[in-house]
Formats: sequence, structure tokens, C-alpha cells
Amino acid sequence: MASFKFKNSYLGESSTVSSQNEKINTKFSIDDYYDGEKTTEDTEVKMQKLVIKDMLKRNSADLIVSGDLSNQIATSNKAVSEFPISNLGLYSACATYTEELIVASSMLASGASNILTIVSSHNLSVERTFRFPIEYGSPRRVTQHFTATGAVSSLVTKTPTNIKIEACTIGKVIDFGVKDANNMGAVMAPSAANTLIEHLRDFKRKPEYYDIILTGDLGKLGSELFKTILSKNDITLKNHMDAGQELILDKNKTDQGASGPVCLPLYLIEKVLTNKKYKRILIIGTGSLQNQTLVNQKNTIPSVSHAVSLEVIS
Amino acid sequence: MEKQEYLEIVDSKSKTPNILENAFISFLVGGLLGGLFEILTTWLINLFELSEQVALGWSLLTFIGIAILLTGFGVFDTLISKFRFGLIIPITGFAHSIASSLLDYKRDGLITGLGSNMFKLAGCVILYGTVSAFICAIVKVIIYG
Repeated sequence: MASFKFKNSYLGESSTVSSQNEKINTKFSIDDYYDGEKTTEDTEVKMQKLVIKDMLKRNSADLIVSGDLSNQIATSNKAVSEFPISNLGLYSACATYTEELIVASSMLASGASNILTIVSSHNLSVERTFRFPIEYGSPRRVTQHFTATGAVSSLVTKTPTNIKIEACTIGKVIDFGVKDANNMGAVMAPSAANTLIEHLRDFKRKPEYYDIILTGDLGKLGSELFKTILSKNDITLKNHMDAGQELILDKNKTDQGASGPVCLPLYLIEKVLTNKKYKRILIIGTGSLQNQTLVNQKNTIPSVSHAVSLEVIS
Repeated sequence: MEKQEYLEIVDSKSKTPNILENAFISFLVGGLLGGLFEILTTWLINLFELSEQVALGWSLLTFIGIAILLTGFGVFDTLISKFRFGLIIPITGFAHSIASSLLDYKRDGLITGLGSNMFKLAGCVILYGTVSAFICAIVKVIIYG
């Protein structure tokens, strides 16, 4: 069992930035994928620095936990190097944000008082890391996602706020034999379902306990598969929403929805937490743990999902 | 749920692209490009009194130039999403693959960037093009002597 309860862990304010493509209102936005920089990697570093600086204007931090999708999480390390604060770099692909909340909350239990989390992804950097050169026009698959561009920094703190980080379930790495790197929904659905089942079992809860169960970036097909697996385990979900699917991207670009570690926090902070309707929120970050070398060598792709339960105290 | 059962469900739910429709679009667009190429070559031969060999070269250069320019302006990938392999199979696709690699790695240095990545996508076309040409040549020699 890897489900834990947190006693004094709260989600403080957040700072967000996104591009025009995500069609979501964020605190900052960038005009295009380069935003005056020479490379897309520089733009990603710039976005991260922007949100960290903004957070540090009003908060102090003992520690930063950071992550992104670039090789060897170089982007976030580059951004964090500008600030004189200790840093823990994490990688769980698109489950990075929930992993950060879990690590930060356990650090609070060990004595820290304010921790900054930071995640980012950039569509073009990801295309280059995992797929083809940017301008190369390969016809997109029906099952393919479109990586969201943006960065989110949130404060995890001991000082009580109106959002309590209540509990978490750390997921197992699950490999259900999907080899297609262009079908990440199918790769991630089993691990998302497994984490949810374990979470509900460990805390003896029903899905109805939560006002909303928000998954990261399963997409249209992934959500469908997620529900299929759950129904085989006699769980019916009525309150499920997928952040990737809800982020409205250009329909010409993808049929599935957005992906990337930034999807879940963007949607959570800008849409879910601003909505008074949701009091008990379960977020499940879903990460497809692929690497181009292993995919090219025809390996199956494992995935991991971490769940974090949030409570809005009014 | 068993792995095998899951993979079957994934297969049944994953929509595959409409191969017939894509093939038809590619056939039309590819054919149209071929037609334009013929018209251009004939026009060059007649207007500038070039030999067929030289005119062919100029036509190829024109098509390559247009493809590279469109890649640079960021239009070509949008066109490909509409016209599919009709634009990739002709020489325009080859030019596009080299131009896009060059654009992508221009900041990574002349050796580690441009030099080693220029043929990242086009390399396999060159390699397997040469190999298949070799095999075809052998077949031709065996049949026609």
C-alpha cells in the first residue's frame, strides 16, 4: 500500500502562463511559440523563470521541486539555476505535478514550511525530443495528442489556506503491452485506473465521495479506456473529467486533446479551483514513461499515475 | 483485466485513418504535381530552347526551391496535413525533410547540429533508394541482359 494522509499541507497560490493555443485564461501568456527567444527551449526556460519570479515576489521558499519533459529535465534545472534556492528535480512525464505535490507535502512533514513546485511543457520542444523536427509535416494520427505549452508554479505550504492537500496514492508503474507512442491514452489508461482503484480501496471511499475526479491527459480514447477498465472492476464514474480533453485546442490539430505535465495544473488551477461547486477534488496525474530509444527498439511503454486528494475549505 | 484482453479493446477502439480516402487524395495531389512538372519542363524546353536533360534539372530545382521556401515559411506542414503523401512522395517531400531538419538544428552548431542532423529523415530515403536502385538494376540486367 502506498497511500498516505497529510496533516498540515496546503496548496497556496499559483502562477500560470500559457500560449494562445490552450484557450485558457492564465495570469501571463506568450504571443507565439518563440516569444522573442531564439530557441523553443529558451522560451520554456523563460516561462518557468517568469512564474517562479512572480511567486517569489510575494512568497518565500525553502525548496523548489521542479520537472518538465526535456531530456534529463535540463529545462527546469536551467531555469532554477537563476534562483538561490535548493532544488529537487523530478520526472514522471505528465504525472510530474502530482508527484511534486506528494514530495512537497512529505517535505513539509519533515520540517520545511514553504515549497514551490514548478512544471512546464512546450509543444515544439516536446515534438523535437519525442518525435520529428519541428517543421516536418508528418500527417498526424487520429490517436495522437497535442502537447500543451505553458508553465505552472504553485506554493505548497504549512500555513493554512483554503485548499488542503489531504491524501495521496503513489501509483505503480504499469505496462499493459501498448507499443504505440502515438497512442498515449491507451498507454496511460491502465495505470490511471489502477491508481484510482487502489486509492478508493485504501481509503475505503466510493467515487461519489469526490465532487470531481480529474485525470491529467488521457484524452478522448484514453478516458474511454479508463472507464472501460473501471467498469470491469465494478466502478462507474459519473464525476470524471479529463484536463487534456477539456483544454480546447484546435480541432484540426488533434482529435484527442492536449497532453503534457502542464495540462493538469493549468486546468485544475484556472477552471476547477475557481469553481465553487467542487469541494472534494481528486487529481490523477497520468504519465506515459517513454523514451525514444526504447520505443524505437520496439519496447512496450510503461506508465505511472499518482493521485492527490484536495479539499476546498470554505 | 488481462493484457491480451486490454490490447484487443485498444485495437477495437483506436480509430485508424481512412486509408482509401488518404490514398485518393495523395493520388490526385501527387498526379497534379507530376502534371505541373511536365508542363513546366515542356515550357522551359520550348521557351529557352533547352535540352530535355537541362530543362528537367531546372524543373526539379524549381520544385525543390518552392518546397524549401514553403517549409521555411511554416506552410508546408499544414499543407501536408491536408494533402497527405501527395506532397511527401514527390521530390518536394525530400526537400522538405532536409529543410525541416536544417531549420530545427540550426542553433546546435555546424557539426553537432546541421552536419549530423541534416539527413536525419532524408538519410533513409537515400540509403534505401540506392539499395532498391541497385536491386532493380540487377533485375534489369538479368531480364534484358
